[in-house]
Amino acid sequence: MSESRRVISVIVENESSVLSRVSGLFAGRGYNIGTLTVAPIPNSQRSRITIATKGDERTLNQITKQLNKLVPVYEVVEHDEMVEKEMVLVKFPIEESLADIEALCGAYNGTIVNVGVSMFIGMVADEPARVRNFINAAQRYNPIEIVRGGVVAIER
Amino acid sequence: MEMNGAQMVCEALVAEGVKTVFGYPGGAIMNVYDAIYKQDGFEHILNRHEQASVHAADGYARATGEVGVAMVTSGPGFTNAVTGLATAYMDSIPMVVISGQVPQSLLGTDGFQEIDAVGISRPCTKHNYLVRDINHLPRILKEAFHIARTGRPGPVLVDIPKDITAEVAEFAYPTDVNLPSYMKVPKAKEEDVNAAVEAILQAKKPLLYIGGGAVLSNASDAIRELAELSQIPTVETLMALGVMGNKNPLLLGMLGMHGNYASNMAMSETDLIISLGARFDDRVTGKLSEFGKYAKIIHVDIDPANIGKLVNVNYPIIGDVKDAVEMMIAGLQGRVNTEQYNDWREVLARYDALYPQSFEDSDEVIKPQWVIERLGELVGEQAIITSDVGQHQMWAAQHFPFDRPRQWINSGGLGTMGFGLPAALGVKKAFPDKTVINVTGDGSILMNVQELVTASEYKIPVINVILNNQFLGMVRQWQTFFYNDRFAETDLSFQPNYKALAEACHGIGYDITTKEEFDAALKDAIAQDKVAFMNIQVARFEDVLPMVPSNGTLNNMMLPKIANPEKGEK
Repeated sequence: MSESRRVISVIVENESSVLSRVSGLFAGRGYNIGTLTVAPIPNSQRSRITIATKGDERTLNQITKQLNKLVPVYEVVEHDEMVEKEMVLVKFPIEESLADIEALCGAYNGTIVNVGVSMFIGMVADEPARVRNFINAAQRYNPIEIVRGGVVAIER
Repeated sequence: MEMNGAQMVCEALVAEGVKTVFGYPGGAIMNVYDAIYKQDGFEHILNRHEQASVHAADGYARATGEVGVAMVTSGPGFTNAVTGLATAYMDSIPMVVISGQVPQSLLGTDGFQEIDAVGISRPCTKHNYLVRDINHLPRILKEAFHIARTGRPGPVLVDIPKDITAEVAEFAYPTDVNLPSYMKVPKAKEEDVNAAVEAILQAKKPLLYIGGGAVLSNASDAIRELAELSQIPTVETLMALGVMGNKNPLLLGMLGMHGNYASNMAMSETDLIISLGARFDDRVTGKLSEFGKYAKIIHVDIDPANIGKLVNVNYPIIGDVKDAVEMMIAGLQGRVNTEQYNDWREVLARYDALYPQSFEDSDEVIKPQWVIERLGELVGEQAIITSDVGQHQMWAAQHFPFDRPRQWINSGGLGTMGFGLPAALGVKKAFPDKTVINVTGDGSILMNVQELVTASEYKIPVINVILNNQFLGMVRQWQTFFYNDRFAETDLSFQPNYKALAEACHGIGYDITTKEEFDAALKDAIAQDKVAFMNIQVARFEDVLPMVPSNGTLNNMMLPKIANPEKGEK
């Protein structure tokens, strides 16, 4: 069966062991985690764990069903129609062209967020595929460090 | 009412109706044991190893359907309990295990006897808790029992730091649970059942495939009624033996790796698999791509994750097996023609006549299958049988006449050697008037043999029938078939004196080499009312047959060499 990518939001009770229950389930049953982000949902006792994963249809089906069995899991949302964003921070040497990189960041919904003595930092928040393109484009400016965040997603 | 955490644990157990707790004390759980000392709401059985405590609680749960309870200390006490938790988890057995933990001030410091119990047990419990606040303890205990027994049952661990069991707070045991995130117990949908009923009416060769879930949901009567009403033949998994009752003419037998010929042929040729609380385990299906090749599948399961996990299902029904079967009965009543599957049953009857479950008996040496059949003749209906894991387990499954559910207690999913004796203690505590027999082997019995002492101390007279072939028999069998007779580390002919071992632990032992000695010893063991070892020398190289080699197809079985009336000597 062919593999496809899927973004899943897991709405969980905000308690100390819940992330290990979710990530342990993926590890123990051999499911893939591409990216994983977690943060509390404002004004609630719940957290949202957003996981980008891939697998064949049976596996993706199992992931949702097995997650639903975990006691602190309220809801598992398999995103279909969604807005999906990922963030990346890139540190460049000060010798590189600030103007060029600012324009590049601008093209990907980003900007320069910090300029220091020996380096400056660009930030981009965009769809995961476009973030990959940005990282490729940034290569020729000799990036010192690249930090990617995980995917966050919201239903349209 | 104010009390400390240890007393809360005792109060909660009494409120949950717990009569017997199996356990072993130690540093971190001492506060609770002090509270146990002062109460008389339940009895505590001191096993001689924590693994045995958990298996005993498990055996109690399997025999009664109630939640089994075990109690252990932190660190090694808990890690010894892990095999027990995993055993119960794989077979969906309702159980609550309470473990002590180091005081919260030491948590995370690698304190003496500290181990991350919640972390270790996460994949082998239905849920687990580390109690961080005395005020949460009553709620957590209530939830633990609720989670253990509802939906697809399973073991729940409650890990309690020592300072919490010492701390005093107000105690009121909750009457309800408030667990909004816990999966609602699903109810079978009318339209799903109706679709399944139509499929049954259309089918020419339907087959009821019954699993352990039928036992867990107490669906035996309903399933017998469904079979009777529709005249559909049935097969049972290892975990379902007794659901149909061995005398039922619609029962073909056990299917799978060591299933009988007719059952495996039925599964290979059916056009509609009606799965009731079974989960398509690899020991049942053999090679998946060939499994039920000509069949549509109705799958009834309380756990949605079981549906579509291994095979594609045409008619999923998510819900309790008993409810779903009762709905099916209502749907089929007056519509199903009991003659419509006559041809199919006839074919299967011919298969059964061709290769019945059989073995070649001997006058020179005791055959292990003879022991099981004789046991069936002598104690049959009134006994409850536990077993360990290996050849003896399969022979017991194949040859004992189980006539009701919960009469057959074994570790199916995890396959835990050392399960049988402690599980038998749990069963006998629940049913002191029943004869409880652990069918075991000379390999398995030594894993948890210390429980002879527990059995003697508490006067729990279970009988251990040791099918002694001086081999780790099932592994030896695989070595014979698949490893060219290289018996790597399976020769157990260096043996303890089993009779003396039993006697050293205040039990009674019998060395048995003839059929007459077996009959006499069994009679004596039942009369003696002591824990007994029946050490039976059986044919060393006997194999468990039929056998479908691992990942083989079900209709391609290795069969016993028997004189066959139709085909002659095979």
